[in-house]
Amino acid sequence: MGGSHTSLPVESRLTPAARRQLHPAGYSRRRFLQRSGALIVAFAAAEMADRFGVAPTVSAQGGNTPQTLDSWLSIDASGHVTAYTGRAELGQGMATVQTQLVAEELSVPMSRVTLVQCDTALTPDQGTSSGSMAHPVNFNDGNLALAGATAREALFEMAATRLGVAVDQLTAADGVINPLGDASRRVTYGELIGDRRFSMALSPEAKRKSPSSWSVLGTSVPRLDLPELVTGRFEFVDNVRVPDMVHGRVVRPPAVGAKVVSVDEDSVAGLPGVLKVVVQNDFVGIVAETLWQAMEAARSLSVTWSQGTGLPDQSGFYDYLRQHPSRRSTQVVSSDNVDATLSRTTTILESTYLHPFQMHGSMGSACAVADVRSDTVTIWSATQAVYPLRETTAMVLGRSPEHVRVIFVRGSGCYGINGADTVSYDAALMSQAVSRPVRVQLSREDEMAWGENYGLPYVIDQRVGVDGTGNIIAWDVESWSARRGGRPGSTTPGNVATGALLGFPPAPFIPRAQAPEPIWFNNRGNAAPSYVTGRVGQTMGGTGTVAIQRVVQHVVPSPFLTGPLRSPRRLQNTFAHESFMDEIAVSVRVDSVEYRLRHLADPRLREVTNAAAKTADWQTRPSPRSDNPRTGVVSGRGIACVLYEGDNGYVALVAEVDVDQDTGEIAVTRFVVALDVGPISSPDGVRNQLEGGLLQGLSRAVSEEVTWDSEKVTSVDWAGYKSLFLPDWYHLRSKVGSQIPLIETVLINRPEDQAMGAGETAITVVAAAVGNAIFDATGVRLREVPFTPERVRAALAGSR
Amino acid sequence: MSLMILTVNGQTYTVDVDPEMPLLYVLTEDLSLRGPKYGCGLGQCGSCVAIVNGRAERTCVTPVSRVEGATITTLEGLGTPEEPHPLQQAFIDEQAAQCGFCLSGVILTAKALFDENPQATESEIQAALRNVLCRCFAQTRMLRAIRRYAQERV
Repeated sequence: MGGSHTSLPVESRLTPAARRQLHPAGYSRRRFLQRSGALIVAFAAAEMADRFGVAPTVSAQGGNTPQTLDSWLSIDASGHVTAYTGRAELGQGMATVQTQLVAEELSVPMSRVTLVQCDTALTPDQGTSSGSMAHPVNFNDGNLALAGATAREALFEMAATRLGVAVDQLTAADGVINPLGDASRRVTYGELIGDRRFSMALSPEAKRKSPSSWSVLGTSVPRLDLPELVTGRFEFVDNVRVPDMVHGRVVRPPAVGAKVVSVDEDSVAGLPGVLKVVVQNDFVGIVAETLWQAMEAARSLSVTWSQGTGLPDQSGFYDYLRQHPSRRSTQVVSSDNVDATLSRTTTILESTYLHPFQMHGSMGSACAVADVRSDTVTIWSATQAVYPLRETTAMVLGRSPEHVRVIFVRGSGCYGINGADTVSYDAALMSQAVSRPVRVQLSREDEMAWGENYGLPYVIDQRVGVDGTGNIIAWDVESWSARRGGRPGSTTPGNVATGALLGFPPAPFIPRAQAPEPIWFNNRGNAAPSYVTGRVGQTMGGTGTVAIQRVVQHVVPSPFLTGPLRSPRRLQNTFAHESFMDEIAVSVRVDSVEYRLRHLADPRLREVTNAAAKTADWQTRPSPRSDNPRTGVVSGRGIACVLYEGDNGYVALVAEVDVDQDTGEIAVTRFVVALDVGPISSPDGVRNQLEGGLLQGLSRAVSEEVTWDSEKVTSVDWAGYKSLFLPDWYHLRSKVGSQIPLIETVLINRPEDQAMGAGETAITVVAAAVGNAIFDATGVRLREVPFTPERVRAALAGSR
Repeated sequence: MSLMILTVNGQTYTVDVDPEMPLLYVLTEDLSLRGPKYGCGLGQCGSCVAIVNGRAERTCVTPVSRVEGATITTLEGLGTPEEPHPLQQAFIDEQAAQCGFCLSGVILTAKALFDENPQATESEIQAALRNVLCRCFAQTRMLRAIRRYAQERV
């Protein structure tokens, strides 16, 4: 159970325990290769690039993606395939579906494919596994998919020579190539390439298999990790144990901005097992022999802290954002006639939408193990960015990145940037101090107050002009948000808590009062609503018809570290746009679906909207329902749609809700979601993501909010940070009889199109669809997330 | 430190620990079990659940002295990847997980419920799982898996 440490396996299957063996073997891919005998791993990207005259490309999310086949795939003498990926399994099924991809392209059973993920000694540098990019990056025309196609074509060429048959007269199945119609002559992959390098570049011309011939990809393959997960055998980062390992615990400041004045080491003198108190700038940690001793010692350690820097009053925080004197402004789109048009328009609608700081709130408090030695550093981490973490850990330790190896080991679901990176620094610092491997697990409070980077707060002003026919003629959006820190990337450890405590600055905030003219329509944050044309210069990058448009956003410095919580910016902006679109439709007494379609030009966004409405049996009529009573439980429906990130997943959602007008409680009775993300790699995998995204979105829409007082965050456990628990959303359902929450998914499969991301689509539209349904049921509009019972009651009271 | 005897997943262990230490750390550190997990350390989320003398207990807030001599079952004690317990198999059949960190809480809470009350109703299932958290929000599938198990065992 603790992982035995035997000699290096000569086959290419690598269990986590086996990977751990490798750490004395070397830290660069090249050294690893030299030491690892039959294990075939590629040279470092730069060297191969030099050899083949191919420049390493920079992927969409950083990284130096190697263009050499051996960096991605190897095949041993038995025909077993090992694939190397820089895209991590985070609980979303990426390991299974990437295994499907490799098995499909190479025509081998999945059982003959081992996927090695995210290890700076072994796998390609694919930057950060973030957002909804894992799928597009590895399932289109580059990277892992291209490696599979290149390898298949190379194997066919070799087989053609071996068998004396033209390539187009060959067929492959089960790792064996034979002439079409002649099973007697055959050659296996193992015979063709076994244990040798391909020594070739990825071929941009290599053709992927036609989706019409897929037998593994595109099917709902059960998750490979589930048998181990449900039986408690799966190794999470929490379970990593290495010889001689001891335990560290951090002691964080009691107030934001508080600094270490003094640490009284005598306060832990004589406590059992204590090895060392580690103080560096404002970082304080303590190392002990066992976990419990470290926990007890951390509780006992007496630290004197300075006063904090103080926090803005939470009740006035949205005004604070709006009025902050230092801000950085950006124009997403700006036609020159917005003000003139609006001044001539008789019907103007305006609303303001508010979204709070929210947490990732991972189930597990972050954990990492580090082994810092004189010549090497090994980090076992649940980071989503092994290569960037290698760089920043080197900075934290004052070491060279070449000496650092980061090995990804799964943690609990992350949804953005939880404490995985910061706790990796914690473990590294304490291991360096005691010259032994150190495991660090944050406490729940450490995780929630000082571990993670919160999702962004937003104030969003919306204004439109409506013409005499009821159509929108101009749309004007201005928003204020706050940011500080973020992903550390390769250069900025101060973007997360421990780096900041060590004195590394977060990424600088550079004010810019005057936003420059946009040079292209960048709608990655969904700052612009779906209903504008997105015209910049001569190109129209939007999905809508409204030509007169302006979207300006301001970012101000945040009092807390912030980061990319699932669907960052897109969720907050879409809540505002899609709620406001409903307000406009209501004002002109037009059905919400019909009104959207009137202003949508993009055929795929129209299609998902129609599909969701049709499946939900949407009745065409204006909102609100006219026949609902004003007391008791009433029902309503709402819709919202978006093209996530402006180009990465079409989604539409119909929500049906019950609202208890006496208590203010909300229950969603039915979600119908329609999705178009191009080719579907695993229908059940996508459904799982949609279902989880919808309910997580619901929790964020109705319940979740970071709270603070004048000096510190106060929502530091599950009593203070209110996630929906298992039965919460059934609470009201019992009144209406049904027990089963209905989630219906409509998947529009486009096998010949480009793959997009599914993971952050559904969550993006939940708050608006639910808010619109609450309006439909009650005639009351909620413009501030979360829609707590108190807020619903207050809104109802205010309107009646 | 005191010597304590515990029976965990059918094996009897003698451990020498601080009696005030929560049971969770005996399971994860002394016995190197992977099923129970540290989620909050406050008994709020359920990721540390083990079945102790027939009841689903939050081991992160249960001092080991309170369970001296007890019979304890963790997720590992139900079945193996090759031969999962029918309840675990139901989770595989329904693909009822995302990250899987919460599974000790969800599966063992349901297991303890059905062991005590084989005829548990839907509302009793929900009541039992009231304080079990899943932040990936795979709950719809998890409830389907529990219902499947309930139906298949009768």
